Amino acid sequence: MAILVNENTKLICQGISGSSGKFHSEKCMEYGTNLVGGVVPGKGGSTVLDRPVFNTVEEAMKKTGANASMVFVPPPYAADSILEAIDAGIELIVAITEGIPVLDMLRVKKALAHTNGKTRLIGPNCPGVITPGAKCKIGIMPGHIHLPGRVGIVSKSGTLTYEAVGQTSALGIGQSTCVGIGGDPINGTSFIDVLEMFEHDNDTDAVIMIGEIGGNLEIEAAQWIKRHMKKPVVGFIAGQTAPKGKRMGHAGAIISGGKGTAEEKIEAMKECGLHVAMSPADLGSMMKKALG
Amino acid sequence: MNIHEYQAKELLAQYGLNIPKGYLAQTATEAEWAARRLSCGKDGRVVVVKAQIHSGGRGKAGGVKLAKTAEDARAIAETLIGTTLYTNQTGPQGKKVSKLLIAEGCDIEKEFYLALVVNREKATIGVMVSTEGGMDIEEVAEKHPEKITNVDIDPTVGLQDFTLRKLSIALGFGLGNTLSNQFFQIMKSLYLAFLRFDCDMIEINPLILTKQGHLAILDCKMSFDANALYRHPEIQNLRDYEEDEPRELEASKFGLSYVSLDGNIGCLVNGAGLAMATMDIIKQTGGQPANFLDVGGGANQETVTQAFRIILKDPAVKGIFVNIFGGIMKCDVIANGIVAATKELGLKVPLVVRLEGTNVELGKKILNESGLNIASASAMADGAQKIVKLVQ
Repeated sequence: MAILVNENTKLICQGISGSSGKFHSEKCMEYGTNLVGGVVPGKGGSTVLDRPVFNTVEEAMKKTGANASMVFVPPPYAADSILEAIDAGIELIVAITEGIPVLDMLRVKKALAHTNGKTRLIGPNCPGVITPGAKCKIGIMPGHIHLPGRVGIVSKSGTLTYEAVGQTSALGIGQSTCVGIGGDPINGTSFIDVLEMFEHDNDTDAVIMIGEIGGNLEIEAAQWIKRHMKKPVVGFIAGQTAPKGKRMGHAGAIISGGKGTAEEKIEAMKECGLHVAMSPADLGSMMKKALG
Repeated sequence: MNIHEYQAKELLAQYGLNIPKGYLAQTATEAEWAARRLSCGKDGRVVVVKAQIHSGGRGKAGGVKLAKTAEDARAIAETLIGTTLYTNQTGPQGKKVSKLLIAEGCDIEKEFYLALVVNREKATIGVMVSTEGGMDIEEVAEKHPEKITNVDIDPTVGLQDFTLRKLSIALGFGLGNTLSNQFFQIMKSLYLAFLRFDCDMIEINPLILTKQGHLAILDCKMSFDANALYRHPEIQNLRDYEEDEPRELEASKFGLSYVSLDGNIGCLVNGAGLAMATMDIIKQTGGQPANFLDVGGGANQETVTQAFRIILKDPAVKGIFVNIFGGIMKCDVIANGIVAATKELGLKVPLVVRLEGTNVELGKKILNESGLNIASASAMADGAQKIVKLVQ
């Protein structure tokens, strides 16, 4: 069944009338995703891409049976849209939006905790989720590079995920599900959350985990892998040459107070038994080796 | 985004906090006049001349000096303005001093540390206090972790009295006295300011107890969430463009993420993760990256052109590596941007291009037909090897 998204996913897009929302909704539909509608406050009753548009997430869910939402709402309004989707009780929210204020995300994070796991948020500032075997993609990744297979990918970076996908596809390995958790300091789903899903997923044999400088999620994940995971994990950390105290593109990618360096993360991954790829060009070949 | 100490103090003064009086000076004459206004020299009053640069560790670097007379203040200002300070945070290039804060001196009884910061792991606002103020807090954390107290504030619950009591006790102020009351007020104000301005961090180091029994904010550092600046034009106006590296400033005007580095291979990449990984692979191959540059997913031909111009105009750049895995970014947009920028500025250094993903064939066609001398790469490792070899 892979994880998070599959044949039963019924998707709505919050912000479907915007240029990015519309463009990527169409690409998702072309890939095979069952997109059942959109939500744009004030534009209820209209249609976009031949799909009905609703004023609220609640109404969209009631009328279409949607169980997942893709958020393409601009940063000032994105947290409000995510909170609305949480309030409506949707199962999965994938927030693509980059640039949501941190304090807004703190509130979102607490609201998520109050759902007791009923609602899961992926992102924000992420490429989304794709399960090639189910022809289901929620997000902005180029669908055609993917190949159905049995390797799970979890990553903070969009383009590095494509890199891992491209390399594994070229080797004929293929992917079960790819999850971009996003490059923001506060996000909905952590590495550990996704690793746990992959460990219990019958369609996944091994995992590639792609992290970067900043924070300590990768270290916590490595320790979790050591204690709980039987499937092999290939790890990579971007930013080995990043200077201290400088934000490297992603809001969360910063070495502050000497903490969150690539070095300490790589060290932790090695100690915890991960197959560490030192070069981003070795993600595929390292996975091939790990699979034996 | 960071601001200067004098700006942070002005922001916090709106909250009625006890902050020693001070004036900004950009010339030695202004420094002398500021000192006079603070009655420097009368009845033993002194002023502190503080270099205003975006860095901690200014004291150790010689950027903070005591003046006993207004003439002293002038002399100190003369030596400080225009000099470059090197702290453990400025890097080897240091930071040039062009602004000074002239602040009234205080009789210090004891120094404390107080900071509010977003706690990424717990999704809270973390408060850190220590009885060891005026020192590098990382050093305290290493040598005397027991002297640091951390508490977390759930932003949906807010700052409650029990948290204030816990912090007050940790700092040795006790409860139910004038000192603890002053501290409660300071904490409440700082918490409000933190939320109001979308701060990343407010650091008070030191918070002092004066010989007269008052708590005062002697030094203060504030930084803000760049994503939230759209709703704080008053904070955006505090940005000191002199603090920015010129190329980084130029890039930020076009919404590009650019960080200047020491090497000679210019990089143009889409996506922050891939941009970092590209720097890494260049280094592993034996080269040195000149910059981090993420053109982002939503860039159009114009922004790509600007990005490529910034790299072309960097005199340190002896070769360029373009590494693109197109998702939302289309390869033809990148190719057109490269062609447009080189038409204007010429291409005098080797260029290696690796294109993959959306519209890759179209992108390659545009580059092939441009007549530019471009080495194409089949994958990122191949590209890194080619550019490192060409630059050597």
